[in-house]
Amino acid sequence: MNTFVARLRIFVTAFALLLLAVAGSPVNAQQPQRVDPQADAVKEEQLLQQLQVIKGRGTIPDVKSYTLEQPAGRDWRHFHEVTLRWIGGIAILGILALLVVFYLWRGMVRIESGRSGRTIVRFNAFERFVHWMTATCFIILALSGLNITFGRPLLLPLIGLEAFSAWSEWAKYAHNYLSFPFTLGVILIFLMWIGGNIPNRIDVAWFTRGGGIVGHDHPPAYRFNGGQKMIYWIVVLGGSAAAISGYVLIFPFYGTDVHSMQNATMVHSIVAMLFIAAMLGHIYIGTIGMQGAFEAMGSGTVDVNWAKEHHSLWLQQEQARATGSNQSQARPSATPAE
Amino acid sequence: MARMKFLCDADRCIECNACVTACKNENEVPWGINRRRVVTINDGKPGEKSVSMACMHCTDAPCQAVCPVNCFYTTADGVVLHSKDLCIGCGYCFYACPFGAPQYPKVGNFGSRGKMDKCTYCAGGPEADGSAEEYAKYGANRLAEGKLPLCAEMCSTKSLLAGDGEIIAQIYKERVVKRGYGSGAWGWKTAYRETIAS
Repeated sequence: MNTFVARLRIFVTAFALLLLAVAGSPVNAQQPQRVDPQADAVKEEQLLQQLQVIKGRGTIPDVKSYTLEQPAGRDWRHFHEVTLRWIGGIAILGILALLVVFYLWRGMVRIESGRSGRTIVRFNAFERFVHWMTATCFIILALSGLNITFGRPLLLPLIGLEAFSAWSEWAKYAHNYLSFPFTLGVILIFLMWIGGNIPNRIDVAWFTRGGGIVGHDHPPAYRFNGGQKMIYWIVVLGGSAAAISGYVLIFPFYGTDVHSMQNATMVHSIVAMLFIAAMLGHIYIGTIGMQGAFEAMGSGTVDVNWAKEHHSLWLQQEQARATGSNQSQARPSATPAE
Repeated sequence: MARMKFLCDADRCIECNACVTACKNENEVPWGINRRRVVTINDGKPGEKSVSMACMHCTDAPCQAVCPVNCFYTTADGVVLHSKDLCIGCGYCFYACPFGAPQYPKVGNFGSRGKMDKCTYCAGGPEADGSAEEYAKYGANRLAEGKLPLCAEMCSTKSLLAGDGEIIAQIYKERVVKRGYGSGAWGWKTAYRETIAS
């Protein structure tokens, strides 16, 4: 009897084990042959398509190193190597060609009634100091900036690697440090001349009459005519844009990452190229383009006949003020005729 | 001639940072600069991957293309090196580099980024191979001694591979076939315009 029970127990146990094995086998069948940790894994291709950049987490303090890949550098490279050179080349060579053609066609704009021999103060010493401080900085900034874009293809083959590197390093320091007086100059120009540079209806008439440059007309103008107001706003707005984008680059990683710095170089260089082109026009008019114009910023005085032809309303204002101050004892309430 | 490349098998990288430490020590890399670093993507989430990244020594290297003073050169082995004597520290290579490899001492002091420093593939610089000047500026020149970069040589899981591009690609392909998966050669498409089918 005991043996029967023992046999039965063995049989039941075996049956139970068999049942367990049968029940367990579908679970085993669901296990994959191989472990594939790729199921959830991040894919490089996918990340690049989604985000254009792959960022993660690192263990070193250098946070910018947590960016694993930024293929945007490729676009920036194309901008720097191709796009910018075209923009700069067309803008600068284009304006130079235009100026040469214009000079050959129009020649120097002369004072038509000749010099009167009498002069009138146009820019005081402080105004001239600010102008020339800004202008000197601008020329050095422009040359050192152009060197970064055009130096390698144009200047490097002429002077060799070592000399070009030494010059470029000095140019870089000059570019960085002269940005400060330049910015100060732009701010002072903005404050100093904002009064005379608000566009108005007289400027529209000035432009429609060719500004006295294209024809032989002399449209009236106050202290600054339409063209000068244009230069003023190019300096103020272009200078501000160049300064702001420049300071983003001069202080790397102060609240910026590589993408904002790439964008800053793009803004900085495009603005700079157009700025240089505009200033070439400004330099032309101020020197060989017009008789009697340079002395306004040179000695600070201009010939009265020059003023009469180019800034008639301003001359009237000034003369009225002079008469007013001479007769101030008699007529203290004298106001300039406008 | 071999075409030297790096390949990080992200499925093997355990983020131990031994490559980072080995590089710093072997090359006496200046304070604050890491020529190699490990970046973990999706950290702590399913599918997390760690990738060891340094200069990939790109084909048609962007740094070389944008450098205003032309201080880069590519060796016969395909290693992208630069001259610290010519470098003016302008930062342009950093803007163009897809892998964030170029770094500068004293970053933050305006206008005075120092001479750029980056991975040299343990191949020094333009100075005479193995000279003291070369070591001071660029670190070790293991390649001239017939050795591969130390980061890859001492990778504990052999995740980071260095050597001829075709050979390391073959090793990686065999791994992928054997284990049945692979997340691809990170950065290869960007650096070399090629991928290793996985």
